[in-house]
Amino acid sequence: MSREVSISIEKVDDYRWRIPREGGMRTDGMVYADERMMRVIKKDQSLLQVMNVAFLPGIVGYSLAMPDIHWGYGFPIGGVAAFSEEEGVVSPGGVGYDINCGVRLMRSGLERTQIKDKIREIVDTLFVNIPSGVGSRRKDLKLDKGQQRKVLLKGAQWTVDQGYGRWEDLEHIEERGRIPDANHALVSQKALDRGRAQLGTLGSGNHFVEVGYVAEVYDEGLARAMGLEKDQVTIIVHTGSRGLGHQVCDDYIRVMLQAAQRYGIELPDKQLCCAPIRSKEGKEYLAAMACAANFAFANRQIITHWVRETFEQVLRMSPRTLQLELIYDVCHNIAKMETHEVNGRGRRLCVHRKGATRALPPHHPDVPDDYKEIGQPVLIPGDMGRYSYVLVGTQGALQETFGSTCHGAGRLLSRHQSKKIARGRAVAQELKAQGIYVRAASQATMAEEIPEAYKDVSDVVEVVHGAGISKKVVKLKPLGVLKG
Amino acid sequence: MAYQLLDHTGDLGIRVWADDLEGLLCEAARALFDIITDIEQVEVHLEREADVEGGDREELMVAWLNELLYLHEVEGLLFRDFAVTEISEGRLKGVARGERFQEGRHVIKTSVKAVTYHQLEVKEEDGRWQAQMIFDV
Repeated sequence: MSREVSISIEKVDDYRWRIPREGGMRTDGMVYADERMMRVIKKDQSLLQVMNVAFLPGIVGYSLAMPDIHWGYGFPIGGVAAFSEEEGVVSPGGVGYDINCGVRLMRSGLERTQIKDKIREIVDTLFVNIPSGVGSRRKDLKLDKGQQRKVLLKGAQWTVDQGYGRWEDLEHIEERGRIPDANHALVSQKALDRGRAQLGTLGSGNHFVEVGYVAEVYDEGLARAMGLEKDQVTIIVHTGSRGLGHQVCDDYIRVMLQAAQRYGIELPDKQLCCAPIRSKEGKEYLAAMACAANFAFANRQIITHWVRETFEQVLRMSPRTLQLELIYDVCHNIAKMETHEVNGRGRRLCVHRKGATRALPPHHPDVPDDYKEIGQPVLIPGDMGRYSYVLVGTQGALQETFGSTCHGAGRLLSRHQSKKIARGRAVAQELKAQGIYVRAASQATMAEEIPEAYKDVSDVVEVVHGAGISKKVVKLKPLGVLKG
Repeated sequence: MAYQLLDHTGDLGIRVWADDLEGLLCEAARALFDIITDIEQVEVHLEREADVEGGDREELMVAWLNELLYLHEVEGLLFRDFAVTEISEGRLKGVARGERFQEGRHVIKTSVKAVTYHQLEVKEEDGRWQAQMIFDV
């Protein structure tokens, strides 16, 4: 399946590559990458996918791809595409199965030396407190139908209402932890069944909780505004909407396969199936997707609460001493109605970010007050052995990429290749030798997630920083990781 | 087992073969559960029926496998034997047999989120059936 496709691509500058419009494409493609990355990107079919997205009706601006682009299904991972509300479409494949998969970052009042000898105990306790891996759940969190409905409608706001976390947390979550216009009646019974036991669970694969520290500060002023300084302990949570989101995606792909035919939309790939934003099917998908997104916000909020409890339990410190405060929470698989300036006038667009992060500049109305002067925090997790980055959004992103940037390292090796490479190796021991204690729900996850399986996230970050669609603030390094 | 693993950077794909469409649907299901678990460790203690709809063969294939994934996730079931009992234009009925996941006795090798429609193919060539599909894992 890795046949090389010949695609004409023009280098624009050190960080930008244009795929000129041809055939059924309605616009050009634009890929953010450096020369070395482009050589790798060309090897899979992700550029063809950038071209395929450009076929869809009502696309505004370029069919975009961030430097962590890799081959997805239908849309590439790392793809961003905006569609006009009047003539454009919405596509469940442009969001993906893990609706509102996302990342949140917490800071603490601790220095890394304070937890050095406790990291093993912290991770082991996280492992007990936060269900991870297939089928695991907390017996003390069971929702009845009414409660589950509220999760879908109110997201993280409901969880805070129930005592999981604090009201201030909500200010530091994209969309304040609740996407409006959710309608639970449009979520199938199957999706509800899959979600019932999965709220407050990490899931498997690349999802994780990571305890780390600020290893490098690139911009003192920006870091200070986020309350971050060198050697400070931080926590990252990466998870999404679990089975509920997967089912919503599958349900609506089936709806859209028929809808696309009915509306006469030509699809270069079935997985791109879509419907006009203003059609019944389009509206219903967006309302169901909002439910799954809210479930994911609630999920990360509950896990945050258990992270706080874990630190209190292990370190025997009060919340006041620990100061585990939420810096920000971003979605990286989502479609949202947003207003953007196009050719000098404001237009309502449905922006699809599939493996891409919103990155708004300073003073944008959707940036929380605490970050008005610096721009929206952007969280870019790397692999479990190296580092992650905190960036901020920029004016450049708003002008060029509908306020979007990269979302992570991007896989370099398939899971199968990773397992082959990891065979016979003690991955956990290797990481321990580097000072990182990793606990995974399964050995398979440990092998699939070896650091070499991913691109170096710093390469990805250098491109978005160099291209001016985000700005580097700090680099974080892991101390302990709980893998799903 | 008659399936081939396809390497996909982000995800995982399979290609399966069989003599007829019913056999193909069963082979694909076996391949799916062989990816999820060590299927040799699964015993037959219970069965579930699946009744799904789809606009064409491809959609029926995805609907059938996603229904099995749903049963796997919600009821914690692992399957090893499959039979298609009825197949007509737009509809498929089938049976899956297996048992409940048991910690210690079973392993989860890969958790599959969904069967996708990306590069999906179900076709007959010279009297032999073949399918290709990609899983989101």
